[in-house]
Amino acid sequence: MGDVPRWAELALLPVLNLLLALALTALLVLATGGDPVAALTALAVGSLGSADALGYTLYYATNMAFTGLAVAVAFQGGLFNIGAEGQAYLAGLGVTLAALHLGFLPAALLVPLAIAGGAAFGAAWAAIPGWLQARRGSHIVITTIMFNFLAAALMVHLIVNLLTAPGSMAPESPPFPEAASLPGLAQLGFPSSAPVNLALGLAVLAALGVWLLVWRTPWGYALRVMGQSPAVASYAGIDQGRMIILVMALSGALAGGVAVNELLGAQHKLLLGFTSGYGFTGIAVALMGRNHPAGVLLAALLFGALTQGGAELAFEVPDVPSEIVVLIQGLVILFTGALGNMLRPALARVLGRAGG
Amino acid sequence: MGKAEGMAPPAIALRGIEKRFGAVHANRAVDLTVRRGTIHGIIGENGAGKSTLMAILHGFYQADAGSILVNGREVAIRDSRDAIRLGIEMVHQHFMLVERFTVLENVMLGAEGGPLLARGAAKARAELARLGEAFGLRVDPDARIENLPVGAQQRVEILKALYRGAELLILDEPTGVLTPQEADDLFRVLRALRAQGRTVLLITHKLREIMAITDRVSVMRAGRMVAHRETAATSVAELGELMIGRRLAAPAPRPAPKPGPVLLEARNLSVRDAAGVERVKGVDLALRGGEILGIAGVAGNGQGELLEALAGMRRPSAGEIRLGGQTVFPGRDFNPAALRRQRLGHVPEDRLRSGLLRNASAAETAILGYQDDPSWRRFGLLAPAAVAAHAARLMRDYDVRPADPALRSALFSGGNQQKLILAREIDRDPQVLLVGQPTRGVDIGGIDAIHQRLLACRAAGKAVLLVSVELDEIMALADRILVMFDGRIMGELAAAEADEQRLGLLMAGVAPERAA
Amino acid sequence: MEALDLILPILAATLRTATPLLLGALAGLFSERAGIIDVGLEGKMLAGAFAAAAAAAVTGNVLLGLLAGIGGACLLGLVHAYACITLRGSQVVSGMAINIVASGLTATLALAWFGLGGQTPSLPPAARFLPVTLPGAAALADVPVLGPVYAALVSGQTVLVYLALALVPLGAWVLYRTRFGLRLRACGEHPAAVDTAGLSVARLRYGGVLIAAVLCGIAGTYIATAQGAGFVRDMVTGRGYIALAAMILGGWRPWPILFTCLLFGLLDAVAIRLQGVVLPGIGAFPVQALQALPYLLTVVLLAGFMGRAIPPRASGQPYVKER
Repeated sequence: MGDVPRWAELALLPVLNLLLALALTALLVLATGGDPVAALTALAVGSLGSADALGYTLYYATNMAFTGLAVAVAFQGGLFNIGAEGQAYLAGLGVTLAALHLGFLPAALLVPLAIAGGAAFGAAWAAIPGWLQARRGSHIVITTIMFNFLAAALMVHLIVNLLTAPGSMAPESPPFPEAASLPGLAQLGFPSSAPVNLALGLAVLAALGVWLLVWRTPWGYALRVMGQSPAVASYAGIDQGRMIILVMALSGALAGGVAVNELLGAQHKLLLGFTSGYGFTGIAVALMGRNHPAGVLLAALLFGALTQGGAELAFEVPDVPSEIVVLIQGLVILFTGALGNMLRPALARVLGRAGG
Repeated sequence: MGKAEGMAPPAIALRGIEKRFGAVHANRAVDLTVRRGTIHGIIGENGAGKSTLMAILHGFYQADAGSILVNGREVAIRDSRDAIRLGIEMVHQHFMLVERFTVLENVMLGAEGGPLLARGAAKARAELARLGEAFGLRVDPDARIENLPVGAQQRVEILKALYRGAELLILDEPTGVLTPQEADDLFRVLRALRAQGRTVLLITHKLREIMAITDRVSVMRAGRMVAHRETAATSVAELGELMIGRRLAAPAPRPAPKPGPVLLEARNLSVRDAAGVERVKGVDLALRGGEILGIAGVAGNGQGELLEALAGMRRPSAGEIRLGGQTVFPGRDFNPAALRRQRLGHVPEDRLRSGLLRNASAAETAILGYQDDPSWRRFGLLAPAAVAAHAARLMRDYDVRPADPALRSALFSGGNQQKLILAREIDRDPQVLLVGQPTRGVDIGGIDAIHQRLLACRAAGKAVLLVSVELDEIMALADRILVMFDGRIMGELAAAEADEQRLGLLMAGVAPERAA
Repeated sequence: MEALDLILPILAATLRTATPLLLGALAGLFSERAGIIDVGLEGKMLAGAFAAAAAAAVTGNVLLGLLAGIGGACLLGLVHAYACITLRGSQVVSGMAINIVASGLTATLALAWFGLGGQTPSLPPAARFLPVTLPGAAALADVPVLGPVYAALVSGQTVLVYLALALVPLGAWVLYRTRFGLRLRACGEHPAAVDTAGLSVARLRYGGVLIAAVLCGIAGTYIATAQGAGFVRDMVTGRGYIALAAMILGGWRPWPILFTCLLFGLLDAVAIRLQGVVLPGIGAFPVQALQALPYLLTVVLLAGFMGRAIPPRASGQPYVKER
């Protein structure tokens, strides 16, 4: 396949793959009679052009950082967690139950408890496929896919039939008490209309924590050994069953950050389908970020900007829908994940020649 | 036989075959002539380039340079299809059989005789019966491969080759997985093939087989063809010398063992493999400090599973294991990590698959299994600098080259990888050291260094269990030798009384005659 | 006769809902039997649905729509094959990427070409697959039991329903009775054995993946032009994943797959009829429980709590000649 230098593997290849995805999308816009330059400009201005836009960008990026970390940490253990979507959804239930039932507590207690509730529910929902893989040998990819649908069915049932306030027609929970909310970031100069909130800080802390855990602890070392080779892990005496369940739980807890950002930070109630695909975007974010927390944060920022820019784009350039951002996401997964071997040999040749 | 040379063109002639895999020069200017209607042996150590050469002949790889002549005519073999058309068939070391298919389906694959299976199947069935009759290769055509014993699977491979019209049959280490009886059956089949004018190329690293069945033999070493001999005009000693490239040194005189207390003991130990097949059947052994106990045997007779069980990687199905006088199995804390804490070192049989982290740095490989050791932690966290310093010291002390802890483990040569693993395990000062195939794929210089290390462990009073399929290695190092056959210990020999013949009988499952 | 009036519509609905699942599951079967995992059924069905609806809307011809649907799915199938077979990339990642690309691409193209907020125009009857009445349906109508069954269940389905059902024996025949099928299955079990038999693993696997794409295209066409009357955003709504579940539950074998698809279809048909039904003492019938059953069954099967799901041995692994 050809080896490329480390810096190229970590920085150049992701950027090239992103450019490829963007170029392909631009071609598509051009082919359908649109103006790719106008579209790209609208994307950039719409995502970064104002404090308000940036506030939205960071808000979306927060969700993606959490799901990106969730997917990345499982990847480090050799597990492909496609279930971040369902785990985040279930985490929403944990957050909601804590917020609604412990509403009498002061914010300083209620918010951490609601976060813990979300993390616990997300972790539990992810630990089941982990347990099934570890103890029953079920393929984690298929079970997490199935668990997404199970989560959706369960949550629809709970929200529509049990959580909706009596007499209300809208399928959503009653509003959370005042205390159950994460403060916005007005102090940092974001307008109060921007939904970015303290969950952003949590996401950055989570990334730091994941880095320390995976690269600076014996447990993380063991996780990476397992990810590289189960045979080596069993030689090294690593209890892989336990490891799989634990890392899936951690992954699910991280995915639960979406519920914290969305429900405690912005919506203040449980809504049907509030996860709106962030779990799948997390796959793109993790792949693009090379499954490393720093890379995940950068990739989340990028995809957050694309999402926000895409929403603006739909207003600015009527022929180009916001779904084009979904297309870009898909292409990034395709190029970085599945077609990763396409550019590498050529790049290795070019860099090898340049290097000497 | 008996035909004058030069009358008929050779079945196969290779001229100047070259093949490189990256930095590895697998075949260098290889010439080979194989006469029709003979059994021709190719012998060489693991990694000498035999299998690569045969893969080129069978179209699995393409040569970088050189030419191939079949029946005197130059041919291009671009893929297996070309080879098959030329009547060149190969029985691989790892069988190319679809386990869930029947014998018939496997034989038909690629030679179905038409777009619909029904018509070809009747023909194939008849042909299989005929071939089975002619060569003594009887197999039930409707049996599923996964339900057949290994020997029968190999017969299917040969049938497959014959069904497709093999004129030249290549067999790659065919007896590695066979019992001696099955090997005898195989040799009978090969002789029948020769009698019918077909040509057989036998690749092996076992001198005994070469002497027993071949007409001519070619020797490979380090990618080159170094000699060709008529089998009748050569000897085991000469071939061994040619294969290794120097006279087989008599085992260096060693100080007499000073056996200490029993440090590792297994009683009536039975072990099943992943498929549930019992591979180790009631083994007893006791290993003392200050001695090297060798376990000899044909590969696949349970040595691997025994080693894994003693290392805690595989739970025995019955029996007891005592380490340093304490029962560790049956016991709750029976796993490799716990045994390591009780000072058990383990150099695994298959270092590439399980002993090192191919894609991680040498530094990370250097703490594999000991990642929980607090000495490479600062403030509770793993400190890369401390890990790298530890690795650098190991690499210096054990002469691992290049001594670069940041280099990816996969990029070291086999010998240096093995030295790194030995360094990691010995540096922990184990009381018991389990060692599997320590010099597989290691160059000559590396072999010496590794042997010296193991002898040093013995001198330091450690108990060393050495599992190896290389008899020379066992005889050079072990104080006592246990021979395993079909999951059982067939017998024990002291180093002084061990010779190839006695070991060979035991390895073949022939129990020693007990003099009253 | 009362009971028949109640049951027949449910059974007819079962057939209709089972059809896209069956086509999708058979698609997955051909891909995975060749050794290529296909979690991208959903995306290929969606691409097929859009391409079929778009072509049918523009040309007014449903057969051209079918061709376009197959073509659209095949484009994505080729991407999957190129990524998984030629470049030996991750099959699961490629499948997920295709699902997401399809979702974004169809929505984008729909808006760019048709406006209408991301839909295609509603298809006129000529541009749709309509139920066909089989000969004799009217004549037999008065025969008790048999008549209504023939008229309402056997007759009166669209051509694609019959096609899907016919593909079960046809698929089984191809897999188990033909040279191509033998080779394809061997690719999924032990590709090196195929290679050393002088056959091209890559070519056979491309074949399997493309057959899968064709079937997905037909499934998408059915969804957009027979069940529906035009393309709507993300209109496959997870049926690609249910097809995947049906394929697993069917143990990668055609006839059991038919059975699971009919079961899933029945569950869905019953769930729709029970929507809003209030059970005494329980309240609204939990329709979601029925809808979740396929996923739950798959998980239970995969966990080995009922039988064992044994996938083709080499599926998911790129074929690399070992050194």
